Amino acid sequence: MEYLTLFISAVIVNNFVLTRFLGLCIFFGVSKNVNASFGMGMAVTAVMTISSLLAWLVYNFVLLRLNLTFLTTIVFVLLIASTVQLLEMVIKKHVPTLYNMWGIYLMLIAVNCVVLGVPLINVESNYTFSKSIVHAIGSGVGFGVAIVLMASLREKLRLADVPKSLDGLGIAFILAGMLALSFLGFSGMISI
Amino acid sequence: MQIAIMALLVMVLTGLIFGLVLAFANKKFAVEVNPLIHLVEDVLPKGQCGSCGYAGCMAYAEAVVLNPDVPPNLCIPGKEAVAKMVGELTGKTAAAVEPRIAHVRCSGSVENAVTKYQYAGVQDCVAANLLQGGQKSCQYGCLGFGTCVKNCPFGALTMGPNGLPHVDPDKCTGCGKCETVCPKGVITMQPIGAKVSVNCNSKDRGAVAKKNCSVACIGCGLCKKNCQYGAITLVNNLAVVDYKICMDKCDNPTCFAKCPTGAIGLAVRDKYIGNAVNVAGNVAV
Repeated sequence: MEYLTLFISAVIVNNFVLTRFLGLCIFFGVSKNVNASFGMGMAVTAVMTISSLLAWLVYNFVLLRLNLTFLTTIVFVLLIASTVQLLEMVIKKHVPTLYNMWGIYLMLIAVNCVVLGVPLINVESNYTFSKSIVHAIGSGVGFGVAIVLMASLREKLRLADVPKSLDGLGIAFILAGMLALSFLGFSGMISI
Repeated sequence: MQIAIMALLVMVLTGLIFGLVLAFANKKFAVEVNPLIHLVEDVLPKGQCGSCGYAGCMAYAEAVVLNPDVPPNLCIPGKEAVAKMVGELTGKTAAAVEPRIAHVRCSGSVENAVTKYQYAGVQDCVAANLLQGGQKSCQYGCLGFGTCVKNCPFGALTMGPNGLPHVDPDKCTGCGKCETVCPKGVITMQPIGAKVSVNCNSKDRGAVAKKNCSVACIGCGLCKKNCQYGAITLVNNLAVVDYKICMDKCDNPTCFAKCPTGAIGLAVRDKYIGNAVNVAGNVAV
């Protein structure tokens, strides 16, 4: 039950994009069509889970033992960037189909704030190993939900008669704001 | 002091470990990319139209280099020149590309076609089509909001004053982008040099088609009877020309002469000859 609450809170209530405003770069960059954003959501979930897992190990077995918690951020940046690189190489070699689907997105996420944010929040909230993984998967799914919603809206938007000055990113920002407002309605539903 | 040293040590060590792992992985998981792919991509027109059936020029270049079964002549905008170069680069023999041109199968201009309601929404065919199939009584006809015009990567389409898109035969590369975006499927690709073309897409029965549009194909079959080569068939109340038979056998087409509504007419002749005649007097070629 605890895990379920954590998961739902990460997906909806504390949605990383729409309530914490992390990962906005890819949120706007890749939300032009639903298929691409779906792939992006999956890639982010995978990367986030793997890096949270490693980050938890590094934090608890290295940084905490050595009293070096002030190094958390910089070590995590290093860790995530190289994990993504490694993941990319492995996928490219062994699962080319998956690479064709994710390849370009993986590079985009390499040093993205949402991927760094989740391990950092895991550490700050003193989550256990399994809790951090559930939280990471939940956040990834939340990101996926947000970006797919946004992409569907933007696909509809292509038909709309948008004023020239707002065309493109301008209207996308307004849309994201409205989406965030509606997600704000969930706040307070689950407190963690 | 001790903490500073520890911090330094940890950073150096982590950096070193990750660096080494990555360096090792780079060698171990190296995937060789054929440099030929980039050469082939340079030759392609890079309209990213996707008419070759791949996601873009890069994807086609990759496929044509790596897969021996992929022919070098799939690039339709590139025509024979590109097919030849791709063939030379990949060592494949290039079969000739069949040049195509967009053909709007509708003559239902503002005067000809009956409208069932006034559409005042978003000026886009896809949007209009969502509302009971658009404003025209004929559910197969061109809606005239120019989704094809907006999506043409080569600027070959313009919206004529009669509310039908006009194809510029000199600019149209036959990439087929308009074919995919048209919600009604009014635009098709027809081979350059086709003798006749049917300028209607209506699959309604004769009486209904005629009521909706004065120049509709009513499926009477007169053109079929008049074609001695059997190039014309009737499919769902609509005349369909088999271009292969039509182009190979017929020199003097007479099939269109008897058409009661003028739905079938001479097509624009080979654009290379610069002899763009359209006897049917139809703006949308």
